[in-house]
Amino acid sequence: MTVVATHPTAIAGGGGVGGSHVATGDLDLTHGVVLYLEGISVSFDGFKALNDLTLSIDAGELRCVIGPNGAGKTTMMDVITGKTRPDAGRAFFGQTIDLSRLSEAQIAHAGIGRKFQKPTIFERHSVFENLELAMKADKRVRKTLFAKLSSSEKQSIDETLNLIRLQDSANRAAGLLSHGQKQWLEIGMLLMQQPRLLLLDEPVAGMSDEETERTAELFLSLAGKHSLVVVEHDMAFVEKIARKVTVLHEGGVLAEGDMNQVKNDPRVIEVYLGR
Amino acid sequence: MNPRLSRLYGVRGWTILAAFSLLVLVVLPLLHPQHVSTYWVTLLGKIMCYAIVAVAMDLIWGYAGILSLGHGLFFALGGYAFGMYLMRQIGSDGQYRQPMPDFMVFLDWKEFPWHWWNSDSFWWAATLVIVVPGLLAYVFGYFAFRSRVKGVYFSIITQALTFAAMLAFFRNAMGFGGNNGFTDFRRILDIPIATPQARMTLCAITAATLIGTLLLGRWLVTSKFGRVLAAIRDAEARVMFCGYDTMHYKLFVWTLSAILCGIAGALYVPQVGIINPSEMSPANSIEIAIWVAVGGRGTLAGAALGAGLVNGAKSFFTQVFPEYWLFFLGAIFIVVTLFLPQGVLGLIDRFKARS
Repeated sequence: MTVVATHPTAIAGGGGVGGSHVATGDLDLTHGVVLYLEGISVSFDGFKALNDLTLSIDAGELRCVIGPNGAGKTTMMDVITGKTRPDAGRAFFGQTIDLSRLSEAQIAHAGIGRKFQKPTIFERHSVFENLELAMKADKRVRKTLFAKLSSSEKQSIDETLNLIRLQDSANRAAGLLSHGQKQWLEIGMLLMQQPRLLLLDEPVAGMSDEETERTAELFLSLAGKHSLVVVEHDMAFVEKIARKVTVLHEGGVLAEGDMNQVKNDPRVIEVYLGR
Repeated sequence: MNPRLSRLYGVRGWTILAAFSLLVLVVLPLLHPQHVSTYWVTLLGKIMCYAIVAVAMDLIWGYAGILSLGHGLFFALGGYAFGMYLMRQIGSDGQYRQPMPDFMVFLDWKEFPWHWWNSDSFWWAATLVIVVPGLLAYVFGYFAFRSRVKGVYFSIITQALTFAAMLAFFRNAMGFGGNNGFTDFRRILDIPIATPQARMTLCAITAATLIGTLLLGRWLVTSKFGRVLAAIRDAEARVMFCGYDTMHYKLFVWTLSAILCGIAGALYVPQVGIINPSEMSPANSIEIAIWVAVGGRGTLAGAALGAGLVNGAKSFFTQVFPEYWLFFLGAIFIVVTLFLPQGVLGLIDRFKARS
């Protein structure tokens, strides 16, 4: 059954059409931490997908998260973006925003953008429209009904089209793009949201070597201004971009450090790299 | 623009819409009643009421991907809300020559139930036509969408809702005339409704409402709001992670759709002359989905066309071969599902692409 009952208490007060954007305030980065997960546990039918996971991401950091299948990488993203509620533990965005109280839309609005493992774009909309819909704006019903594209908004869409090299496909249906182009479009959509934190689930899966190379450059250029968490299986890609790597295993952090440290950690070799 | 959007919205679409308006609002009144009989005018008015419902259905099904199998309920509620006023307009001309509606006299009621308060006011009735379906849809939709009930589960619940309402309206104690419903209408605003002029006026008002509904729908689906709706239909999770609270989008279009159905029901009742609980039967609501599927989902104009085609065929069949109509309806549905996933408009496009 597709009935999910885990739905947030925070929007209860925001009844009425489009009235649910709670004031999340500005992101408070006074201690230099953009994301802080503390003791997060999630279980599905007795299986512990996350087990007392504690993790913190610094502002402006580019963090790679690796781990074997079932280590809890995607569940961790689900918890951060409000798709799954943790059974225990706390998740904070900056110093003040408690993610466990917000809906998916509110979390996106607060400044967390997410790229899915399988590229998820609006296949029947044009590439331009995909970016338009993702664009940072007042996304309540009333405003959307009367929304008109301003010239500065159009310009920012054009800039993103150039960045993701889809300027020639702007009016094509997004479903007609190649797999790698879809990945880029989804990354472009994230950038249009102007998020403070980007969560990227296997961003280079299905990309050609050249596309992977360019993606690495893009991510490195984004770090600093944005914070990025990249979940990836492609070790060559991780080595290229990694500054700090977190290894997840059985729902918890197994090791953390720079690529060399992690690569030489015997526990990591046993569960992951050695295979 | 999305190629599928260019249909009602290009030069050709505007031309057809203008031609239709001219035909029904100018040419038909000139030909009526000398050259076109009142029978045809009433039939056209009735079918246009269905077309409004079909466009309302297309807004939620074709664009937002929400299949309602209970839209007949909102249509019937609008009809009943206006029917109460029509019953009061009968005055003392009923079978019993009493100021109360006949069914109340028959049940030996001495005063009106509470929900008949102010029912002799046209404007109160017009308000109820909008508020009752709208409020029910809003409350139902709020709980359904908040709990993220989707797909076939949502369809089944809407089906159950209209069935439950039908059973309730069958009861005499509800104060809506039980299984006979309301009939024997005489006047609107003290003007007799059985005259050819009154029929033509009702038909023209219905046509204007249909045109207004199409224009409103067009404005909605070509706005950014419409693009968000279609995005919800195709990838709802992505829309949420883009920062849209999809519940409010669905709730808005769902409630609007119900209100349009209520207005259509209010226009339908004086033209057809009867409203009873069978309008809430599950089969009626399923038929609405068939109209939209036949015309072509996600095109608005196609939905109106589908309502016209299926109901035109229904009028023909139920006169010529009454016992075969349901078989024919079933056959249409199978043929459309198997061979015309884009409906009749999709078929026209395919022929065009070939030539």
